[in-house]
Amino acid sequence: MTTALTDLRPELHGPEQLDGTLQTKIRRTRREGFKVNWWMTALMLVASLTIMVPLYFTISMALKSPEQAASGTGFAWPADPQWQNFSQAFVLTNYPAAFMSTAFITVLSVLGALAASSMVAYAIVRNWDRKFFRLSYIYLLSAMFVPFPVVILPLIKQTAMFGLDNPLGVAFIHIVGGISFNSLLFIAFLRSVPIELEEAARLDGASTWQTFRKVIFPLLAPLSATVGIFAFLGSWNDFLLPQMLIADPALQTLPVVQQLFQGQFNTNYSLAFASYLMALAPTLLVYLFAQRWIMSGVMRGAVK
Amino acid sequence: MTAPADVRAPALSPNDDTEGKKVTTPAVPARLRAHRKVDPTYYWMIIPVLVLFALFSTVPAVIGGFFSFTNYAGYGDWKMVGLRNFQNIFTDPEILASYAFTFFFAIVATVAVNVVALLLALGLNSRIKWKTGIRGIYFIPMVLSGLIIAYVFNYLFSNTVPTIAESLGITPLATSILANEQWAWAAIVFVTVWQAAPGATIIYLAGLQSISPDVTEAASLDGAGAWRQVRSISLPLIAGYVVINIILGFKGYLGTYEIIVALTGGGPGTATQSVAMRIFSGFAGGDYSYQMANAIIFFIITLIISLLQLQVLRRREVSL
Repeated sequence: MTTALTDLRPELHGPEQLDGTLQTKIRRTRREGFKVNWWMTALMLVASLTIMVPLYFTISMALKSPEQAASGTGFAWPADPQWQNFSQAFVLTNYPAAFMSTAFITVLSVLGALAASSMVAYAIVRNWDRKFFRLSYIYLLSAMFVPFPVVILPLIKQTAMFGLDNPLGVAFIHIVGGISFNSLLFIAFLRSVPIELEEAARLDGASTWQTFRKVIFPLLAPLSATVGIFAFLGSWNDFLLPQMLIADPALQTLPVVQQLFQGQFNTNYSLAFASYLMALAPTLLVYLFAQRWIMSGVMRGAVK
Repeated sequence: MTAPADVRAPALSPNDDTEGKKVTTPAVPARLRAHRKVDPTYYWMIIPVLVLFALFSTVPAVIGGFFSFTNYAGYGDWKMVGLRNFQNIFTDPEILASYAFTFFFAIVATVAVNVVALLLALGLNSRIKWKTGIRGIYFIPMVLSGLIIAYVFNYLFSNTVPTIAESLGITPLATSILANEQWAWAAIVFVTVWQAAPGATIIYLAGLQSISPDVTEAASLDGAGAWRQVRSISLPLIAGYVVINIILGFKGYLGTYEIIVALTGGGPGTATQSVAMRIFSGFAGGDYSYQMANAIIFFIITLIISLLQLQVLRRREVSL
């Protein structure tokens, strides 16, 4: 679901704004001592089962013996947890290869997205009086009207021609695909950055590149976090591009591997679910450990 | 790539241009500006990106557009055939059915996702205990791969639900909904909601948090109950966010792909085949030029929708 995620990034406004409202809210809550709505709490907890049950189901299925998995509804906790399901799926799907391929694509996509779109945004904002940069801006914007299905068929041919029918090519297309939107976010943010900040650096003899590197890029950090989180989730979970572009199955990413092995999982459901769980685990773990940070980045993207 | 297509809309408005100038003007006095030499570094920052962008986005679109007027199969020889591909598409029942399904699905999914997200946002924004933890649970689907989640639900729909239904004696549900030509779409909508609702919820939460507590306070002092506050204050004040969510969502659901792949594969028969799936089949099916023509039609339709949505955004004066 790359799309749903990347969709959520309306224009950014200062992070202070969110923190400000949050702080007032916390103060207010303490002062007035809001009464907890227990009915609503109970309702929300019960409704959260719609999220938790499929996750529990995945875990319990992954630990069952093939015989137990094939019988009943699948909700029962495994009678005798079969940890070797994981090692079997690990070997069968060549998990390390798929993991490395996915990680490679993701790291390149995130770094590339941050570098490319922040530089483009800086160049455009600081040279807005020049026709060339204004036209570049319009060009990048208008290209976003072209839906992905329109370019995919020629793109497959083209990447194969350039020898980019591999993870590198996928990272490339992820970066190119995100440039319009990400630059737009950075441009909106940079317009609110006063030029005086840079002038001090300029007076000290810093070049344009040094100014960008030492003054501007650090200023963009909160927005970079938001852009980075979406680039990370978008490219880690992407199915369409790697499936279409990567020619060698041995270089496929985690989601695509799940699809490639459907035939071999066939009726061995516990093996299939062990494989699903291992493919879901990386982002799930990142979310568990960096939840606060991710949520604040995502909220920053949504707050206007 | 498809997704963010709409968001730039407000930035195209003339206000933004002046805003940009306002910021830049103090930097260089107008007299000097005309003669100012642009530091070549700026060109180095933007030109490589523009070249890549043209190469991997504009060039394929143009080449694809060209081949839609040929009979190219994806390999071998080809010749120009004029508008024949386009004419054939309009009389191809399978393609027309895929458009009907895609639009039906996108509308239903947009409504379902937004209703669920709105309810979730209201619930998560109310005075519940363990707010952070409960929010944390609801946002888990955002970080998970849609394809794998759909595989998990595939098992639930085709094995677990029928088994439970059978033991309870509910015969209509005893066979897999995914194998039901009439209702398979409902399963796809369900998984789409599961996956997409958190994203929309975040936007609604941002909207609800932007409502000043003073307003709700005043309302409750005037004796407005919880429901009344929601209906008369929260909903009208976040109407702009509803528009944003509908626009962003609808476009995304038009291109739905991986959830369908993992749930039904477009079946049973071709009952749940989306336009995107048909276009992607262009290589395997050996009808590259035909599906390119299909893609061009899809592009024109989405372009018209985008422009209409832009109008709505302008009229409502919603800024993203």
